[in-house]
Amino acid sequence: MEVEIKELLADLQSLNQSLLDPSLHASLHKIQSRVEHLANLAKAEPVRRSKVQDMSTEVVDSNPYSRLMALQRMGIVENYERIRDFSIAIVGVGGVGSVAAEMLTRCGIGRLLLYDYDKVELANMNRLFFRPDQVGMTKTDAAVETLSDINPDVVLESYTLNITTVEGFETFMSSLKNKSFSPSKEGSGVDLVLSCVDNYEARMAVNQACNELSQTWLESGVSEDAVSGHIQLLIPGETACFACAPPLVVASGVDERTLKREGVCAASLPTTMGVIAGLLVQNTLKFLLGFGQVSPYLGYNSLKDFFPTMQMKPNPQCSNVACLTRQEEYALAKPARDAAAKAKLDAEPQSTEEGPLHDDNEWNISIVDDCEPEGPDTRSSDVLPEGLTHELPSADEFQKLPTEAPVIDNDDLEDLRKQLEAINSA
Amino acid sequence: MEGWDPNTKSTLTQIPLLSTKAGPRDGALWTQRLKEEYKALITYTQMNKSNDNDWFRISASNPEGTRWTGKCWYVYNLLKYEFDLQFDIPITYPSTAPELELPQLDGKTHKMYRGGKICLTVHFKPLWAKNCPRFGIAHALCLGLAPWLAAEIPILVDSGMIKHKDDATTSSES
Repeated sequence: MEVEIKELLADLQSLNQSLLDPSLHASLHKIQSRVEHLANLAKAEPVRRSKVQDMSTEVVDSNPYSRLMALQRMGIVENYERIRDFSIAIVGVGGVGSVAAEMLTRCGIGRLLLYDYDKVELANMNRLFFRPDQVGMTKTDAAVETLSDINPDVVLESYTLNITTVEGFETFMSSLKNKSFSPSKEGSGVDLVLSCVDNYEARMAVNQACNELSQTWLESGVSEDAVSGHIQLLIPGETACFACAPPLVVASGVDERTLKREGVCAASLPTTMGVIAGLLVQNTLKFLLGFGQVSPYLGYNSLKDFFPTMQMKPNPQCSNVACLTRQEEYALAKPARDAAAKAKLDAEPQSTEEGPLHDDNEWNISIVDDCEPEGPDTRSSDVLPEGLTHELPSADEFQKLPTEAPVIDNDDLEDLRKQLEAINSA
Repeated sequence: MEGWDPNTKSTLTQIPLLSTKAGPRDGALWTQRLKEEYKALITYTQMNKSNDNDWFRISASNPEGTRWTGKCWYVYNLLKYEFDLQFDIPITYPSTAPELELPQLDGKTHKMYRGGKICLTVHFKPLWAKNCPRFGIAHALCLGLAPWLAAEIPILVDSGMIKHKDDATTSSES
């Protein structure tokens, strides 16, 4: 580029000298100065912004946070700058996770922990965020490279591992527990875990970790045919965990039998993934900064632009032991919760006694509270709103043997291993 | 089990079912589960041999029994095609099935996820979910890997994506 510009300047010089018409000199000179300016631009290093000490509300071009801080002035968010205290773990840095990471980075989140074991491939280029020149890098490293350029204020941690393996899971757990970023924080070291993985196994691993740590998390997913997706809020003990019921999927709205499944395992679209990432981070911001309502479950059917929502209570017979422990704790904390709710109600200024809304009530119409009483509810997860179906069947009822003494297995593990080896080598 | 061939069905019924619901992080219970896994695998391998349908070798490659490696093979047009087979036991096992990997076929077929994990979503995952915790490694091989090989290997051979090892050596020698 520099050589080209130099030659262009030389050409202009000689043209200038050979020009006879003096009226053209002015415009030629203008072109020359433009080219010189271009040359300077080409020489300049790519601009890297320096870290920002405090988030300023000042509205100037050079303030990266001015439009975010405006949320405060508009009364949407009470204290936006709190976002710098929060840590978010993003599990899976693919089509949804990478975009969610970029959104949170641009929002000025305090710390991001990124988990993935994959590398960037050319086949990923139909999605957002990663660039062709990053092919071959691990997704976590490539993400850190881009994100730290976009916003150097964000603390980034990258973990290249598979959380479903015994080893990977241990590192995953200990990284979530690490509180060095905000030692005074209660609970784990992160404020929210975002699951942006593409398979059931990894979701169940996130579920396991969050149930054990009593960590609130948001699950997200895009269907394999790329036309629907969902996000779901999971609060251990309070809402259904991922193992409480078979995972929900948004029905595509077209006859499943007409879908071609032969030959491919997954399609993807940048649009669906972008929508889901947007919904996921929007609910993350609402959760962290305390505005609006966080959706317990929000589906997205792109073929019909239909957004089903629902709520799921935990299953008292959940197969996940940690989930049952969290459910017990939640039930035990009920008096404290009620007291807090009452205190909050009392603290609010009592509205002056309202008279009846309507003076006459010819038809004796009365409003009935349709909130279900709190307590274990086994039905809730079986009845699904329109547009949602289960992805997998429930486990068949495990035939329990009549209560006899448990069969004691006297076989030796090492003997069995040797037996298999013997058959294998026979 | 609709749509499965009678052979697979009758084989399946002869593999012992497991009863302990335990994963690699469950200590002594995992040891108990591992014993059941071995028993099912021993029975299944023996059965295959006596039926002249021997098609895999698998053994734990660490003492904890969380990583398994071996071989599997498929005979097509009287030629035997053999592949490395490996998988980890996930920490959420047996709620989730092991993800069976054939690393040598990575990138050669669409019916596979990265790293050579074979696609089990449609034909196997619902069965596994329905039969948790009674199915184990032996069942995953019988109902997950065997039908996958039977469906995919002929296509891979016919399309030239994989070559028989004798062909590969003769063509490289000539």
